[in-house]
Amino acid sequence: MDPEYRFSHKHLLGLADLSAEDIQSVLQTAESFKEISSRAIKKVPTLRGKTIINFFFEPSTRTRLSFEVAAKRMSADTFNISSSGSSTVKGETLIDTARNLAAMNPDCIILRHPRSGSARLLADHINASVINAGDGTHEHPSQGLLDLMTVQEAKGRIAGLKVAIIGDIAHSRVAHSDIIGFSKMGASVTVSGPATLIPPGIEELGATVSRTVLEAVEGADVIMALRIQKERQQEALFPSLREYAKFFGISPKVVDTAGPEAIVMHPGPINRGVELDPKIADGSRSVILEQVTNGVAVRMALLYLIMGGD
Amino acid sequence: MPEPILLKNGRVIDPANGIDQLLDVLIVGGKINAVSQPGTLSARIDGLVYDLQGKWVVPGLIDMHVHLREPGQEYKETIATGTCAAAAGGFTAVASMPNTKPVNDNQTVTVFILTKAAEAGFARVYPVGAISSGSKGEQLAEFGDLRQAGAVAVSDDGLPVGNNQLMRRALEYAGNHDLLVISHAEDLSLSHNGTMNYGPLATRLGLQGIPPVAEEIMIYRDLALAEFTGRPIHIAHVSTRESLALIRRAKAKGVAVTAETAPHYFTLTELAVDGYNTLAKMNPPLRTEADVVAVQEALRDGTLDAIATDHAPHSEIEKEMEFDLAANGIIGLETAVPLTLRLVRENQFDARRMVELLSLNPARILGVPGGTLSVGAPADITIIDPEKKFIFTEESILSKSKNSPFIGWELQGKAVLTILEGRITWRQDSDFSS
Repeated sequence: MDPEYRFSHKHLLGLADLSAEDIQSVLQTAESFKEISSRAIKKVPTLRGKTIINFFFEPSTRTRLSFEVAAKRMSADTFNISSSGSSTVKGETLIDTARNLAAMNPDCIILRHPRSGSARLLADHINASVINAGDGTHEHPSQGLLDLMTVQEAKGRIAGLKVAIIGDIAHSRVAHSDIIGFSKMGASVTVSGPATLIPPGIEELGATVSRTVLEAVEGADVIMALRIQKERQQEALFPSLREYAKFFGISPKVVDTAGPEAIVMHPGPINRGVELDPKIADGSRSVILEQVTNGVAVRMALLYLIMGGD
Repeated sequence: MPEPILLKNGRVIDPANGIDQLLDVLIVGGKINAVSQPGTLSARIDGLVYDLQGKWVVPGLIDMHVHLREPGQEYKETIATGTCAAAAGGFTAVASMPNTKPVNDNQTVTVFILTKAAEAGFARVYPVGAISSGSKGEQLAEFGDLRQAGAVAVSDDGLPVGNNQLMRRALEYAGNHDLLVISHAEDLSLSHNGTMNYGPLATRLGLQGIPPVAEEIMIYRDLALAEFTGRPIHIAHVSTRESLALIRRAKAKGVAVTAETAPHYFTLTELAVDGYNTLAKMNPPLRTEADVVAVQEALRDGTLDAIATDHAPHSEIEKEMEFDLAANGIIGLETAVPLTLRLVRENQFDARRMVELLSLNPARILGVPGGTLSVGAPADITIIDPEKKFIFTEESILSKSKNSPFIGWELQGKAVLTILEGRITWRQDSDFSS
């Protein structure tokens, strides 16, 4: 890496905004922070005096907790707001709520919101840093980064690998960030799923499309299963969970097709027996829990890099 | 009676009479009294005299597709502010869509609109009634009553008629009352949840796309119904290349179809949406470069008959928010002339064609007066300075709402004088300082 390099982003709205060097810098920083979480005293004073607001408009266990744990291990003060407890239920707009939060001078707002572009909207209207913790069907950049970190750890590299992402690509912000992130780092990305759930122009983000799952995972180093939302069935996007599991679920046969070294990932929460066979989810190929562990390290790194750590 | 006006030395462009030359125009008693060689009319009056060297004198522009928001949403626009913006944009008449609150599906609302328009006095307003009662898509609205009260057309704009049988009956029954049926062509099951054009950009932004076929499938239906019933149909705001191919083919077959597009569909592509710009959110959505080129071609070759603005005022309450939740539509009355003149400067079509698209054809399609400068006709006249350059600023906008993606653009060409029945409804003072 260029010795003059410095991570210089005030916000993290999407991996589309980061360079390969930026991503490398986050991963390296995360790697160096990971050890903190295995200490007896899991706390460093790096972000003491910083104020972080977790602003979550959608239900989330993993991401919200992960950000909170990351912030606390860095000694930042964290506050959580969810949509049901916020004044948005009283009709306040996102911008007004955000301006009010900003008036309390937080250093960083972490936003999870059902509408694409909401993190950018927030960033355009307030002074604090904004980290996108998932906006609609747009991006989920911290998830993309923790996926990259997990693959880097498991495989020792990212460049040159083949990554297969299987499922609802159209509605998955994780898929979008993963496609962008893995392509930027030199991996090749293949996607597959019901054709109703493959969005137009996904190739322009860096993916190639396969008609069948078996074709997509052929020779893959990484298989990423995505959560399928049951509501999509009502929109005539696929006929039944049963048929979905049969043709698009990650089964032992799918994993065998990929080859003996392939690892299996999932952003969670898992629909066991639908997109992921329980034998695979709990099997030796699965790095799903490593993803969760790395999530904390990546988020510590992001908070450090974005808030300056000074 | 307004005082007489003599318009001297302007380039008079009147395609209905085959005129495009330097002439003087005399207005007396609200009507066009004489059109004659420069200098020959000068001695006859002592009213207002305008020397219009370098300017165009054209029949008053007619925008056959606007939303004036009154009654019901006066915080966005009123009939007075909307028609004032129309006059400033060079329009002497507008057709107002029925999606007011309450919906214009009855005489009372139609009469209210006409009364307010007369009080304001900035432009003729031609109310468009709803196709179905409450625009609910169930039963026909009372077309006869609407016509008697002053409506000139019926439309489902904003709430498309999904039921094929209802659309068929509307076309048939509109014939009894000599009403034009205007179609907002959109299959709601295909546009479902979409907020911008379908394609790679929508995927990148994580927005649900509205595929072109959502428009095309309904245009096909409406052309088929027009052919089957033998009744004319007008297609509003055409935005896709294939839509135009369908209309072109129907016209060649002799189907009684006319069609309009809006300036944004020949000026902007979906790229204007990038960055979640809600000022570029509209329905139908901005499309691709190929569609823009096809719209321009269709304006040239006659597949499209009219340019209408689809002036859709929204306050910042409906625009400064998450893209998915923002309202569809942009204002257009004050930018139509300069945006159309861009195509004239590019030699896409000539000034005469521009007047057909913005005045003569809308008058003919709606069956209303205007569109010509014939002697004896009402003196609805627009004076355009085709060279005038200006920056389009929010402060300059006369519409009550400021939702335009063209704010900050340097534009060229502007209406500098608008005359309605011999009365001046707009004058660009900087051009007439004397």
